[in-house]
Amino acid sequence: MILLINQILNVSNLTTSFRIKDDYYAAVDNVSLQVFKNEVLAIVGESGSGKSALAFSIMGLHTRAKMEGNIYFKGEDLVNLSPAKINKMRGKDMAMIFQDPLTALNPLMTIGEQIGEALLLHNKAITKKSRYEQVIKLLQLVGIARPKYTYNQFPHELSGGMRQRVIIAIAISNSPELLIADEPTTALDVTIQAQILDLIRELKNEMQAGIILITHDLGVVAEMADRIAVMYAGEMVEVADVHTLFENPLHPYTRSLLNSVPNSKQKQDRLHVIQGVVPSLQNLPRTGCRFAHRIPWVTETAHEKMPQMHEVEPQHYVRCTCYKHFDFLEKNKEDHKHGIS
Amino acid sequence: MWKFIVRRLFITAPQIVLLSVLVFLMAQMMPGDALSGLIDPNIDPQAIEQQREKLGLNNPWYVQYKDWVVSALQGDLGQSFRFKMPVTDLVEQRLINTFWLSLATLIITYLIAIPLGITSGRFNDTLRDQIITGYTYIGFATPLFIFALVMLWLFGFHFQWFPTSGSVAPGSEAGSLSYVISKLHHLLLPAISMALITTVNTVQYLRSEIIDTKQKDFIITARAKGASESRVYNRHILRNSLLPIAAFFGYEITGLIGGTVFVEFIYSYPGMGLLFMDSILQRDYSVVTSVVLLFGIASILGALLSDIILSLIDPRIRIK
Repeated sequence: MILLINQILNVSNLTTSFRIKDDYYAAVDNVSLQVFKNEVLAIVGESGSGKSALAFSIMGLHTRAKMEGNIYFKGEDLVNLSPAKINKMRGKDMAMIFQDPLTALNPLMTIGEQIGEALLLHNKAITKKSRYEQVIKLLQLVGIARPKYTYNQFPHELSGGMRQRVIIAIAISNSPELLIADEPTTALDVTIQAQILDLIRELKNEMQAGIILITHDLGVVAEMADRIAVMYAGEMVEVADVHTLFENPLHPYTRSLLNSVPNSKQKQDRLHVIQGVVPSLQNLPRTGCRFAHRIPWVTETAHEKMPQMHEVEPQHYVRCTCYKHFDFLEKNKEDHKHGIS
Repeated sequence: MWKFIVRRLFITAPQIVLLSVLVFLMAQMMPGDALSGLIDPNIDPQAIEQQREKLGLNNPWYVQYKDWVVSALQGDLGQSFRFKMPVTDLVEQRLINTFWLSLATLIITYLIAIPLGITSGRFNDTLRDQIITGYTYIGFATPLFIFALVMLWLFGFHFQWFPTSGSVAPGSEAGSLSYVISKLHHLLLPAISMALITTVNTVQYLRSEIIDTKQKDFIITARAKGASESRVYNRHILRNSLLPIAAFFGYEITGLIGGTVFVEFIYSYPGMGLLFMDSILQRDYSVVTSVVLLFGIASILGALLSDIILSLIDPRIRIK
């Protein structure tokens, strides 16, 4: 029950489809997930697995998509909410940090104006002076060394790491309850990555917000997340808390992903790779287990006809029955022994 | 900012000098001079030669160039043999007429281009956009001199809504209200004809800029902040899309020069373009040289204006 009280976001059976020629194809297919107060839910998966499409669906940022299902947030169903009402919530109750800080800021507006705009949009009565003070405070909060100087700078005058800090400042400007970070460190170099992650963690503790962290970096996940949802080809394939998932990964896709992480402790000649690629939106298998064609050595009977999520242990969900029959191929077992197990 | 403008001016000065040298050399290369041709054949060739020496026509070209520049700077561009008056006086009236015609054309061009471009870009691939794009294709395909003729026939002769020649009704007193109205009336049809054709560039340009900007990441950031659709357009998309259009403003002047030559000729509008055509047909070389020089300077100043505008509105160009 405590869990339900702390629940801030409940996505249930969400399907987001895009029109290609005359058909709709689901980039997010029947996804359900919950986010609780003061927790980090990581969504992992390869490129093209629908992570960003899911994030954009929650924020209502898709302009030409068909959305079905429900997204319950603050007592409203975002799927059926009018654009005007969503605008009132976006940036205030829920906010987003973007992947590429180099392009996510308006090149013609000063940093101060851009952060100030986020404040102004949700508080029309705010005075110029208090807006300025709040922006300076936000810049300090995200670790900008000279906030008063940076206030009047333009995006092109800042480094990538600083720009990402500014984007974070915009996102947290109205203390949102839900923060979606869409691969916040992908475009940054490694030393800056760690700083940005530290910052997000600090802010989480300060704001008590729920965070959805989208990434394909499992190192980041291990460091940051409380719970993990693994996505493949638009579907959730495994959901568990971080310890369970790293100690007892079940779905073949999760295991393959974990196995693909290089391990510095042991010498590896070859890195494990998953056969094939994520199928494109138009070529998704319509029935059966979507991961089947990338593990062809597992017999067809191991898969379910209509794969369902199964709760294999409390709060640990896995799709399809194929995990029971899955093992790495002989030649890959060598990798497996040395990889994270 | 000022540093940038000063630096830009330093580039402009040699450009104008180079232009004047080129124009001068071209004039030199034209066959004949002031003392060949239209002169009494009974005059002693010895006397003509003396006259040449006196006028400095036998000096090397750089000395002649220096003389030309010095007198040009003093406002003496020579004598028009057709109008029998100083080129400076001749050009002055024409320049004012062309200035008003160009200004009216520019205003009408942007009055058409900005709303059409915005509609077309914002609602791309809808019926509205297709109609506007259709118009721009017709505009691209129509030669200005044909279109201007059709407009002249239709609205000048057939409907008789507009006068068909001149820049002002004869007999109206300079400075009076009816004079101003008559001026406007005379330049409206040529300006509209030219604007309807030249605007299609800007419409297409603005359309593709908006479609391009619409998909930029910072637009998603603005939406994620909670900005309404109209705010996203007004504050974020438009400003970024109008940037290249504003920057192109100065170059538009260069394009207008080419246009005025046709349009003034067709509408017998006494401006620089008509003067240019007449002078070429009459071999009035001193006028041709001066007009080419002035057109050239206008183009250079147009480019300068563009760069200054761009530096004012785009923070990335400013030099620290």
